[in-house]
Amino acid sequence: MRSSGSVRVLTVRVGQMIDMLVGMAVTLLARAVTGVRGEWQGCAPEARPRVYFANHSSMGDFVLVWTVLPPALRRNTRPVAGADYWTVNATRRFFADRVFHSVLIDRNWLTRKGDPVKQMTDALDADASLILFPEGTRNMTEERLLPFKSGLYHLAMARPQVELVPVWLENLNRMMPKGEVFPVPLLCTVTFGAPLTISAQEDKSAFLERARAALLAAASARAAAQ
Amino acid sequence: MTVTEQTLALFGGIAVVLTAASLIGLLLQRRYAAEGPNAVIDNLNSRIKAWWVMVCVISIAFAFGKAGVIVLFAFASFTALREFMTLLPTRRGDHYALGAAFFVVLPLQYYLVWIEWYGLYSILIPVYAFLLLPIVAALRGDTTNFMRRVAEVQWALMICVFCISHVPALLTLPIPDYEGRQVLLIAFLVVVVQSSDVLQYVWGKLLGSRKIAPLLSPSKTVEGFVGGVASASLIGAALWWITPFAPWQAGIMALMINLMGFLGGLVMSAIKRDRGVKDWGHMIEGHGGMLDRLDSVVFAAPIFFHITRYWWTI
Repeated sequence: MRSSGSVRVLTVRVGQMIDMLVGMAVTLLARAVTGVRGEWQGCAPEARPRVYFANHSSMGDFVLVWTVLPPALRRNTRPVAGADYWTVNATRRFFADRVFHSVLIDRNWLTRKGDPVKQMTDALDADASLILFPEGTRNMTEERLLPFKSGLYHLAMARPQVELVPVWLENLNRMMPKGEVFPVPLLCTVTFGAPLTISAQEDKSAFLERARAALLAAASARAAAQ
Repeated sequence: MTVTEQTLALFGGIAVVLTAASLIGLLLQRRYAAEGPNAVIDNLNSRIKAWWVMVCVISIAFAFGKAGVIVLFAFASFTALREFMTLLPTRRGDHYALGAAFFVVLPLQYYLVWIEWYGLYSILIPVYAFLLLPIVAALRGDTTNFMRRVAEVQWALMICVFCISHVPALLTLPIPDYEGRQVLLIAFLVVVVQSSDVLQYVWGKLLGSRKIAPLLSPSKTVEGFVGGVASASLIGAALWWITPFAPWQAGIMALMINLMGFLGGLVMSAIKRDRGVKDWGHMIEGHGGMLDRLDSVVFAAPIFFHITRYWWTI
């Protein structure tokens, strides 16, 4: 009994180590290709639950946010991602569950069973931070930023004390425009803007518009800092 | 002295200079610590620290010989090209041309230097890339700013790949009575250019008052330029023993390298100003990007290569 128990502990440990090494390899690769830099313009990195909301143009977006976070925060920061994409095969599931600890949301609201907002608040209540893409889908248009979906509002209403940090990702869309088959190496930056929280009387559209403006402000802060 | 002894002597000298610089930096920091944070001294110290790292990286590359030097400069070209391309207003229609620049032209250029095919590596980018990349871009059918876009991509390749590759290409020069020592020509070029940059900075900080190019580079002064170029040229003359040149020839070569380096720095500043940035990147702490450190090498290397090739090779 005892020996099988310690074997199990050992297997779990080795498994965790592999997960961590894969995670490190992913951040190293991201750095090698994109030379990514994090710029904390509107706030400093802090070890408490936060929601990082970013513009979305490629599959690599959350990897870059994840890469520039200090390692201690990175371990406890979970990307919110579409279950339809990340559960297709074992490799994607491995990365989503074991490496990035993603919160997988069923995007089809007709068939879904769980409540996505509850999934996210559960993670926040367990002291994790979240990476969220409020545009809901990858932005393939000429617009800088699509209108936000309501998920961010419902999450903010459910946990009004949690800081929402706008995160502007630059150049990832240029590295691999829609429909291209290979990426071109360009330098990317991840700019963290000034955090916001929802105020008591704010309605949905006003809040979403304010959050969107905060993200665009982070983008202009980035341009001005150059 | 053998080539190994000369290399060790040179790196030993550099280590002594850097140690002295580190001590001065430390003393300055101590002395002005009471007056609160000092951006100039902090920047000086991070520059000196970065110099230690750069010297270590270069000496490791030298230890691996030709392969090490080629890999080092291919890497420098890659990061420089990435910095350059990042600042260009490229469009989706440039994607194949950019991919070809990074994944075909750059490795091919360094491969040609490796196999010492002078006839091809000296025309690969000015002729083949110059003609083929616009064709690739044209086939994508996007005509917006077409002329400007293809010219910018060509410029990026010339600066970041063609010019930088002429540093390792010095290894391929067949100079009588200098076989197996060409790595020291690279050391000569790099030491002279970089000491010119450093000494221009030092002379400028100590005596500088009259701006030499206020629109391009407000920190450069006449005093810094004259003092830096003159003293770095003397350093070059004093390094004649690692080159195939006589002392006076080494001095003239160093002067030419320093003038090209200075003027190249102005050109690269003009590009940065136009693109609205202060530095090319953030790769090297205190210095900025790879191109901020290499801008003067870029302009000096091909001229140094060709003058040496014309007058000293068989």
